[in-house]
Amino acid sequence: MSDHTTSSFREVKGKYKGIFAWIFSTDHKRIGLLYLYSIVSFFLIGVLLGIVMKLELMAPGKTVIDPATYNAIFTLHGVIMIFLVVVPGLPAIFGNFLLPIMIGAKDVAFPKLNLLSWWIYVFGAIIALSSLFMGGGPPDTGWTFYAPYAFKTNTNMLPAVLGAFILGFSSILTGINFIVTIHRMRAPGMTWFKMPLFPWTLYGTGWIQILATPIVGITLLMIVGERVLNIGFFDPALGGDPILYQHLFWIYSHPAVYIMILPAMGAISEIIPTFANKSIFGYKAIVISTLAIAFVGYFVWGHHMFTSGMSGTALYTFSLLTFIVAIPSAIKVFNWVGTLHKASIQLETPFFWAASFLFVFMIGGLSGLALGALATNVHLHDTAFVVAHFHFIVFGGVGFAFMGAIHYWFPKIWGRMYNSKLATSGWIIFFIGFCTLYLPMFFLGVTGMPRRYYDYVERFHGPNIVSTIGSWVLLLGLIIIIYNLVNAAYNGKKATKNPWGGRTLEWTVDSPPSLENFEEIPVVERGPYDYRKNRES
Amino acid sequence: MNNHKIEHIVPYRLYLIVLSGLILLTLISVGVTYIELANLTVFTAIFLACIKSVLVLVFFMHLKFDNKLLQILVTAVFVLIALVLFITFLDYNFR
Repeated sequence: MSDHTTSSFREVKGKYKGIFAWIFSTDHKRIGLLYLYSIVSFFLIGVLLGIVMKLELMAPGKTVIDPATYNAIFTLHGVIMIFLVVVPGLPAIFGNFLLPIMIGAKDVAFPKLNLLSWWIYVFGAIIALSSLFMGGGPPDTGWTFYAPYAFKTNTNMLPAVLGAFILGFSSILTGINFIVTIHRMRAPGMTWFKMPLFPWTLYGTGWIQILATPIVGITLLMIVGERVLNIGFFDPALGGDPILYQHLFWIYSHPAVYIMILPAMGAISEIIPTFANKSIFGYKAIVISTLAIAFVGYFVWGHHMFTSGMSGTALYTFSLLTFIVAIPSAIKVFNWVGTLHKASIQLETPFFWAASFLFVFMIGGLSGLALGALATNVHLHDTAFVVAHFHFIVFGGVGFAFMGAIHYWFPKIWGRMYNSKLATSGWIIFFIGFCTLYLPMFFLGVTGMPRRYYDYVERFHGPNIVSTIGSWVLLLGLIIIIYNLVNAAYNGKKATKNPWGGRTLEWTVDSPPSLENFEEIPVVERGPYDYRKNRES
Repeated sequence: MNNHKIEHIVPYRLYLIVLSGLILLTLISVGVTYIELANLTVFTAIFLACIKSVLVLVFFMHLKFDNKLLQILVTAVFVLIALVLFITFLDYNFR
């Protein structure tokens, strides 16, 4: 134990050496970083696919790729970004690295299961991506794999669907691990309402992962059964119901949006009080709204299906429930803004990301209300408006929170500081690029441009050019951010334990933490955001 | 956090009663398929399956003897799944 106090988890010599010291490690911090490297790699592939799509849409007609390739690329972009990047994103990376430290534990409850979940993730990713290199070519159904086309297309559906099925197990194992860790391993004195908000959101997420993921697993297996055995679950010709597929798919995939966004909200709830140097406004309201989102989020899946031919009763119910789920999300936004009120704010890069998160998340959320209302949905369904909406939520919400989180916890994870000016420049350029890329898509959608179309009429040309230019600006910002962080990981100035003045437990341990995080398990006597009792860490 | 253990001994008689209940419910599940229940067919099958799951959870998986928090969580999960099914049938029964 005494050896661990001076050497960080990176320096401790274990049973294995080199890369094996990482891929066979059961240390939650190493597993978090394994996820980081894997997820960022897939993210960059997804970004490049997105850039190619925008390049194609820069002008009407064929620009750089043919229609079939475009269909394959938007499917791959969606599959990679949803199943390989955003769903595991924050929980697997920051949850793994920080959850035990934030609740005062030495590791997660099941370290071997934790490593297994990373291996399953990699295995599932390889299976899914193998569809690229097989005879029929990558699937062209979109990431939603809608029936009946999903069992009629001649492209390589099976590997993609099986890959997504396998990835689900990784998600379930992570969820179980986090729930048990939070129930059983909180430090003495850390009652439920003394737990920081990021672990709270991981707790809500864990439940969704456990309860919703098996449904999509079974649904994807039904697709396999449909293609291989012609069972007839969804094929009308065999007595099946294609809308049943949509129900089953969205019963998982809508809660999955909350798997993505809840930890993002958790990260924002950590960043804002630290840089406002002020206790978070309405801690309990945020906790309750987190649980409310996790619960009510299960019952709104039908708003993806308003034009599918569901019954009127179902339409009204789903629309009402969709408006109800907006309430807890809004509560959080009010609480974050309330925290900033009359605060003495430190203007550092993580704060800029958090502040811009509020901006883009609000746009994403409010445009979601336009889609949740039945009448406007009929007009906007399957248009570029929907693409803009979910990119504002998923890329703007989760992506910005991810960027905020990595800039916030970077000193803790790598033990070094990055160049703040370059980081802020990267943020400004990225933010401008993001808005330039996605705002025109709202306009395109309202004026009638369908989503997932390779070609368009002349009147949509102008906004599409602006949007494509936005994608280049965003890419430039991303390159600056990645360069700055990679450079800092090797050459940055050494970080102290608590460079931002945070109050949660991770700021009381070394940067980077030792193998077992704490020399002695701490006894928690105060709330997580008690800035009145600032004490030297 | 809560490492205290609560000892409990369940008599075999109780397990046998629950087992008999499960077998009886299985027979009812099969028997009920011979009755024309129209829209209620699926509901009946799910309802009987739910009772069986509850019996297994409560007695065989010892939920009855576990702490209140876990009981609440498992109940919440059941409520959630029931609501998901209920809402799904708002589509099928009114289409």
